[in-house]
Amino acid sequence: MTREETPGVRDIAIVAFAQTDVLRTTDELSEVEMLMPVLHSVLDRTGLKTADIGFTCSGSSDYLAGRAFSFTLALDGVGAWPPISESHVEMDGAWALYEAWTKLLTGDADTALVYSYGKSSPGSLRDVLTRQLDPYYVAPLWPDSVALAALQAQALIDAGEADESALATIGTRSRRVATLNSHAQLRGTVPQGDYAVRPLRTGDCPPVGDGAAAVILAAGERARELCSRPAWIRGIDHRIEAHSLGVRDLTDSPSTRLAAERAGVFERPVDTAELHAPFSAQEIVLRKALRLDDSVRVNLSGGALAANPMMAAGLIRMGEAAARIHRGESDRALAHATSGPCLQQNLVAVLEGDAR
Amino acid sequence: MPEVLKAPLVVEFPFTRSLGPVQSAFLTGLRERLVLGVRTADGRTLVPPVEYDPVTAEELHELVEVAATGTVTTWAWNHAPRRGQPLATPFAWVLVRLDGAGTALLHALDAPGPDAVHTGMRVRIRWAENRTGAITDIACFEPHDGEPGRPGGERQESDGERVTGIVAPARLDYTYSPGRAQSAYIEALSTRRTVGERCPSCRKVYVPPRGACPTCGVPTAEQVEVGPRGTVTTFCIVNIKAKNLDIEVPYVYAHIALDGAGLALHGRIGGIPYDQVRMGLRVEPVWTDGARYPDHYRPTGEPDADYDAYKELL
Repeated sequence: MTREETPGVRDIAIVAFAQTDVLRTTDELSEVEMLMPVLHSVLDRTGLKTADIGFTCSGSSDYLAGRAFSFTLALDGVGAWPPISESHVEMDGAWALYEAWTKLLTGDADTALVYSYGKSSPGSLRDVLTRQLDPYYVAPLWPDSVALAALQAQALIDAGEADESALATIGTRSRRVATLNSHAQLRGTVPQGDYAVRPLRTGDCPPVGDGAAAVILAAGERARELCSRPAWIRGIDHRIEAHSLGVRDLTDSPSTRLAAERAGVFERPVDTAELHAPFSAQEIVLRKALRLDDSVRVNLSGGALAANPMMAAGLIRMGEAAARIHRGESDRALAHATSGPCLQQNLVAVLEGDAR
Repeated sequence: MPEVLKAPLVVEFPFTRSLGPVQSAFLTGLRERLVLGVRTADGRTLVPPVEYDPVTAEELHELVEVAATGTVTTWAWNHAPRRGQPLATPFAWVLVRLDGAGTALLHALDAPGPDAVHTGMRVRIRWAENRTGAITDIACFEPHDGEPGRPGGERQESDGERVTGIVAPARLDYTYSPGRAQSAYIEALSTRRTVGERCPSCRKVYVPPRGACPTCGVPTAEQVEVGPRGTVTTFCIVNIKAKNLDIEVPYVYAHIALDGAGLALHGRIGGIPYDQVRMGLRVEPVWTDGARYPDHYRPTGEPDADYDAYKELL
């Protein structure tokens, strides 16, 4: 929804963002050990202490580490004593940000800390992600995440909207621009590689890595106190499509388009977009759904093809877009997060800086 | 810094799921080599069938038979099959729209290589020898040159009961690493020492350490050896014998604040009748050969600790 639809609601902004370097393995760190530097970094940017935060919301998935309730231990990094107002989503942190945004809208809190993390290294991510599929008709076949993305890529190729070299170009560009992103896992020249699942080559697939991210949201005047140029959330919405892949048109993303419409993306041009497209073909689908032309700077961070820490990569898109506004490099940015196979669920936000 | 510990961790569970009327009919049908779809109000036939229309959310129940032949709508060549997947030899993942269906079903296609597969190719179901009422009753698809099949044309009636549930075993393999702080704790235990970490802010010593102070939200790093003796801060008497547990009931399970620790650990109390265990009892660990942690704690014979000495640790 957009603010314009609901007059009188509060202005809410992302006022700080921090992320870890994304690494293939982080054996020496527990989840909370990986997370804590990011929490401290994001708090330091605003001068806030954990005790000052009105609401805390996190995103993660226990399936990644293979341990139940692992998110409760991560709470140690927040300092949850004396008791705090806290919630958790078993999803990417972008959805935790959405929950925090609604909490701030209610007026119950003026500031929120949102964090998310994922350690994919302990397990085999392609197998782990099969557990999010329909348990009756699909999960018993163990179709892995790369295979499902490959079906989508082939559908796009069959529709004449891409070919293998166009896909390769997306991965190459993502890793080239990621040379400017010290947190990215794959930077610079990366061979396109052999087929992972044809038509996708390793270069079309995201690296598997561990990482964490955090943002701070604040409402109204509080945002201006904490940040010289807050990234105001002008609209944010998320939509989901049918679970069954055979029902969907895999060459399109109507849920992204609808979320974008409801978030107000199409009301005025954006200058920057951070898209969560873990596989190269998905960037083509998203650009089409979001009507992004070459005038928009897309994924200057390198995007998910350069670093895709599960459960944090979507929140990082929000943070990267916001950070560009903080630095004065963008005035109106789009941030997108996805979850589920073949872009099943999509969240879109519009962020704006104050006029200069 | 000691080497970070690692160990295999297997998470395995047979998920038992009940079926609604539509899924029950579909999976019962597969057992009889019959593929059923479900008709929507606007006349589409969804295969595999679902209980609610994905567009209108209207409840669906009109089942229709479709053919065991169909057309590939998209595909992906899987040259390295993974555990649990339908075929152990290289195969294509396919979405197949069965003849008579309006939507596509995900499964595997047995084909000699990627050059033998294309979108639009005609395929048919290869049925599994032993069918139980599960999606895997379709062993896979195979290329098909002949005429389109008749809806329900391959049915093999059986007098088995209707399938009302499935058991879907799931296994995931991990390599567990407990991280720096807990690795150090476990390493120390191997020499029968207990180490915690002190919070630089509130000075509390956490045992076992997790690398963070949950009160202050700051990293902990300063290692502190605690114990081996400690004080029972609170306890309970266990009267029910747990499965596979080789301990006679009743026994006492207690919170034990090791000397120097800022919070209590769990442990069993032995070497004293269960009804004589009390708050303030001074105890020490008892190790058995080859154990990775104390088997239990027993009284030291010291006078009981003053309540004031441990009241903050309850």
